[in-house]
Amino acid sequence: MLLSISEKATRARPGFGWAGLTRRAEAVVLPIGALLAGFAVFSLFLLLQGKSPADFFALVYRAGFGTVFSWENTLSRAAPLLLAALCVALPARLGLVVIGGEGAIVLGGVGAGFAGAVLGGTPALIALPAMLLTAMVIGALWIGAVGALRHYRGVNETIASLLMAYIAIALMNHLVEGPLRDPASLNKPSTAPLADALKAGHIPGWDVHWGLVFGVFACVLAWVLIDKTTWGFAARIAGGNVRAAQLQGLPVGKLIVGFTALGGAFAGMAGFFEVAAVHGSANASLAGGYGYTGILIAFLARHNPLAIIPVAILLAGFEASSGLVQRRMDLPDATVMVLQGFVFIAILMSETLYGRFKIFAPERWRSA
Amino acid sequence: METDLGYWIIPLAILGGAIRVSTPFLFVSLGEALTERSGRINLGLEGTLVFGAMSGYALAYLTGSPWLGVLAAAICGALLGVVHGVICSLPKVNDIAVGIAMMILGMGLAFYFGKPFVQPVAPDLPAISFGWWSDIPQVRAALEVNVLFLIGAALAVLLWWMLRATRVGLTLRVVGDSTDAARAMGLRPAVIRTCATAVGGAFAGVGGAYMSLYYPGSWNEGISSGQGLMAVALVIFARWNPLACFGAALLFGGAGALGPVLQSVGVSEGYYLFFAAPYVLTLGVLIATSSPTRAMTGAPGELSITK
Repeated sequence: MLLSISEKATRARPGFGWAGLTRRAEAVVLPIGALLAGFAVFSLFLLLQGKSPADFFALVYRAGFGTVFSWENTLSRAAPLLLAALCVALPARLGLVVIGGEGAIVLGGVGAGFAGAVLGGTPALIALPAMLLTAMVIGALWIGAVGALRHYRGVNETIASLLMAYIAIALMNHLVEGPLRDPASLNKPSTAPLADALKAGHIPGWDVHWGLVFGVFACVLAWVLIDKTTWGFAARIAGGNVRAAQLQGLPVGKLIVGFTALGGAFAGMAGFFEVAAVHGSANASLAGGYGYTGILIAFLARHNPLAIIPVAILLAGFEASSGLVQRRMDLPDATVMVLQGFVFIAILMSETLYGRFKIFAPERWRSA
Repeated sequence: METDLGYWIIPLAILGGAIRVSTPFLFVSLGEALTERSGRINLGLEGTLVFGAMSGYALAYLTGSPWLGVLAAAICGALLGVVHGVICSLPKVNDIAVGIAMMILGMGLAFYFGKPFVQPVAPDLPAISFGWWSDIPQVRAALEVNVLFLIGAALAVLLWWMLRATRVGLTLRVVGDSTDAARAMGLRPAVIRTCATAVGGAFAGVGGAYMSLYYPGSWNEGISSGQGLMAVALVIFARWNPLACFGAALLFGGAGALGPVLQSVGVSEGYYLFFAAPYVLTLGVLIATSSPTRAMTGAPGELSITK
């Protein structure tokens, strides 16, 4: 049993020397190859309808990454995606597929909006952290419950988390159209608008809100947790083999609830920034689908928190360019979703290729 | 004839609503039961349902025949099922994750190609009136039963018999319970699972066509709100038994009808909460029927979600 654990651990964490280097190369080359394969299939899809893939990617580059303005737009969208992806990647370390981050974003946002309305007169230095904390606690409870149901009741976490996302959206609609509604919000029911002092402002000199800094920081923190601490090590073992982890006396239940709750807290943080930095109050715009794009980002990054950063920025660029692509190429708004679907399938298919190529396995070079 | 039914209207409307709302649940859950009996789970049926709704509506509009629409939806569903099945046949590929990807792809393609069909009106599927004996219009409305609901009910019985008493059913069960045993018998598990996923996808496509061609009866991007996914949970609740799927679909249909029924009698308080009823019911049922220690009775041995 001990042997199997140490084997698992060394496989999960490449060391130095040739073997480590090539394994790292494999972990970079295969996802990029899968991404390009997804783009290729999508290009074919566009060609079949007489649309030019070259035009498409050129427009995406222009609208997503071409100018300072487009970078600002892309990075603002990347902020919630970073946090939503962590809500998938952290539980994934324990072998759980949690896909309901949208629920934590939505309810976290409502919590932040409510706290902001209550704390309207208090100084921002107290009110903003209180709003952030409310959002994170709600998110942590919501997704932590999914982990607890999984471990203590054996409820499938994938289905439960998605059902809870639907429940969360219904709850949000109920709250912003009923008890928490600002009577002045006529066309779009919302909570009371935040006082100007309670808006999470922009990074100095940039038109990008602080959510980006928090999101990147959260990714680094999650990477340290998973790669550099004993908790992360224990979680990786439990993710590989629950029975072995239990026999070693690892607190599997606490790990599962802790990691899911932390993921939920990050998703709740995304909800806070959507309210405090983007919308100015909690309303139905919170259910914008960031939670679902986060799933794809986490899988593309292979659940590595540091890899989430570039992948989230890339996909944010695609979402930022969606409007321009629609207008210029006369394509439906679902085009980006089709692209995401093709890329997602390509990345999952690439899982089968790990360990297949001799070039990534130095111990097999000689027998070539 | 005017009859004041008072609050009796609520159970009556829920019964009528259950019959109307349950049909997509029924088709998706039968398809999913078949797929899961072969040892694979297809979470992508939500996407298949939406794509079936779109393709069924589009073809019914273009040809003028709702039945050609249903056929198109079944074929498209089967194709999506084949894609899922083939990808999952690759070694080391996780069927749950592929399902999520197929969900996104199916919905994306449906919205992409469905854009021109949001406005036009396609012909409806026919319904049979079982309320001819009553003078009360509400009773007649409640007992207006769509042909597809009856086909679904017959299909549930047929599948139950097939799994229990036929060679095909036995093959499917062996593959679902033990890949090794199936191999030893000379069966090819990957091929059989792909076929089961394809047939399951066809069922889900028909469920989608019902939604766009009968109830609610039009195509738009918000047509499904997780019915395909709830149906997956419903299969666990029904213990992979097609007959139980039928009962469970009716129950979930009733829960889904709760919101609109209360709205129609003027209850507006907590309106959105009643719309959450089916999700809460599904979650409650999942919690009640799962267990952390023992495998679920009736669960196929090779199924990833119960292992």
